[in-house]
Amino acid sequence: MSETDTFADEHEAAPVASTALFGQTVLHPVRDAYVATVESLRDEGYCTATYLTVVDYLTHPCRTGLPEGVEPERFEVVVGLFDHARRQRVRLRIQIPADDPTVPSLFDLFPGTEAMEREAYDLFGVCFDGHPDHSRILLPEDWTGHPLRKDEGIGAIPVQFKAASERR
Amino acid sequence: MNPVDEATPGIDMGSDERVRRRDGSAVLRMTEVEAAGLALAPSDPVTGEQADERMILNMGPAHPSTHGVLRLLLEMEGETVLRSKPVIGYLHTGMEKTGENLTFLQGPTNVTRMDYASPLFSELVFSLATEQLLGIEVPVRATWIRMLMCELNRAASHLLFQATNGMDLGAVSMMVYGWREREEVLRFFEKVTGLRMNHNYIRPGGVAADLPDGWQEDLRHLLEIIPPRLDEYEVLLNNQPIFRARLQGVGVLEPAEALALSATGPILRATGYDWDLRRDEPYLAYDQVEFDVVVGTCGDAFDRFAVRLEEIRQSLHIVEQVLDLMPDGDFRTQDKKVTPPPRARIDESMEALIHHFKIFTEGFHVPEGEVYTAVESPRGELGCYLVSDGGPKPYRMHIRGPSFANLQTLPHLMHGRLIADAVAVISSVDPIMGEVDR
Repeated sequence: MSETDTFADEHEAAPVASTALFGQTVLHPVRDAYVATVESLRDEGYCTATYLTVVDYLTHPCRTGLPEGVEPERFEVVVGLFDHARRQRVRLRIQIPADDPTVPSLFDLFPGTEAMEREAYDLFGVCFDGHPDHSRILLPEDWTGHPLRKDEGIGAIPVQFKAASERR
Repeated sequence: MNPVDEATPGIDMGSDERVRRRDGSAVLRMTEVEAAGLALAPSDPVTGEQADERMILNMGPAHPSTHGVLRLLLEMEGETVLRSKPVIGYLHTGMEKTGENLTFLQGPTNVTRMDYASPLFSELVFSLATEQLLGIEVPVRATWIRMLMCELNRAASHLLFQATNGMDLGAVSMMVYGWREREEVLRFFEKVTGLRMNHNYIRPGGVAADLPDGWQEDLRHLLEIIPPRLDEYEVLLNNQPIFRARLQGVGVLEPAEALALSATGPILRATGYDWDLRRDEPYLAYDQVEFDVVVGTCGDAFDRFAVRLEEIRQSLHIVEQVLDLMPDGDFRTQDKKVTPPPRARIDESMEALIHHFKIFTEGFHVPEGEVYTAVESPRGELGCYLVSDGGPKPYRMHIRGPSFANLQTLPHLMHGRLIADAVAVISSVDPIMGEVDR
């Protein structure tokens, strides 16, 4: 767990809990420190945001892998950054409470997250503050619900065809 | 296409590029309803003046050059594209949700249908993630078979690109040639996996079956016929002034811009940025074979075409080495946890039958944890973020599709160009909509 020390040293301003799993470094910033952490990582050399997604831990709340002091919440925003020069990846897991599923957008730091954040909003209903085009991306604009949430059952929505007159 | 030895990270982000992204002069950020309103009463978004020249044009989703069902909202002034918005989701079938309801063994059948032009890569990345969570080692031969199949798949996928790219630009005979060569590769796939696409061949624990007898001869045949035909392509396309004029200088992307937009694969390499996960984050046995990472110089549509053409040669070069280096051994792990007992044992032993039954009905349990794995697919970094809660099905499976991220470059590539160039640009980005929409 030498990674922990490294990151603690480099992020003295905002200490961020970190763990390592299968050799992959995972940071657990609190929501308020999320953008600041990403920004300092970017300045450090993490030049591209590879992926951004959400996990809904509704039916698996007591997951392992969280360091001490990190309170598990229902949603987790997962962001992957890549430092090409040092060939290093880092993953951030940010806990998002179910009653206020909002995080700041990373658009200003990594414009490539625009579509990924739209997808996360579309499928999970997590909102991204400051996103330039906060709208659905995969589902139709008038869709209700967020299908990748764990409380959205499979088959709950009948398959719609264009000719069908009834509202889903 | 001069290979650059050193990676060029830390490129300074041009400030004007930043402004261009933020003020939305390239990306059309509005809903369909707003766009429809604008289409009826066109007005300048800044001054509010009625501008008769400006209009919103809808392209797709059934347009032949949109590679499936990509739809574009284009803000046009005359023939010039100002802002644009890719509208996606027409193939969305909720495959990530489906993945949560299939066992880890069934998982590859699902993910293989995402990128239908290079299905083996999706299977590979899912299997690698599962294996990492399980903590199992895959036999060496299985690893090499995976590498062989993936490189052939890369060649097949890029051949498909050569075909569609040619057709989109009016070189219709390329359509026939590209499919013809791809067919040769698919024939080999059919012999090995039983299917031409959606193979479900690479599975957690190894591959579904060993290579069939005579695979070396089939590969030698492939290696014999494809390279000369690639040379033909060069004569047909590279040396063709019309083809060059359609591509050169069209849709130029800066390395910094590509990185900022999370673009990967040939799009990133065509900008001159030397980056390939096969070399820079070696997986499988890529550190034991020789190949060049092909990079472009200008980042235009021609470079993206040329990079892909040369990558076919590099893939075949890897295949050639695999022919000589293929080790003997098992094609799947003998870890009884994930591999059913041999067929013969089932006739003899009740326990073996139960074991077999359990693996295929309930599935094997995967320890709790989360992992991200990535491979270099023909379109860029294909990643799989897998969360397990200790059960036989993934708790969450996210596929980071390279086409999905690459599509974000479209508005920037088309900005200020003619609509005829839009077709060349879409083609050169080579999105596979099955993977974009998942």
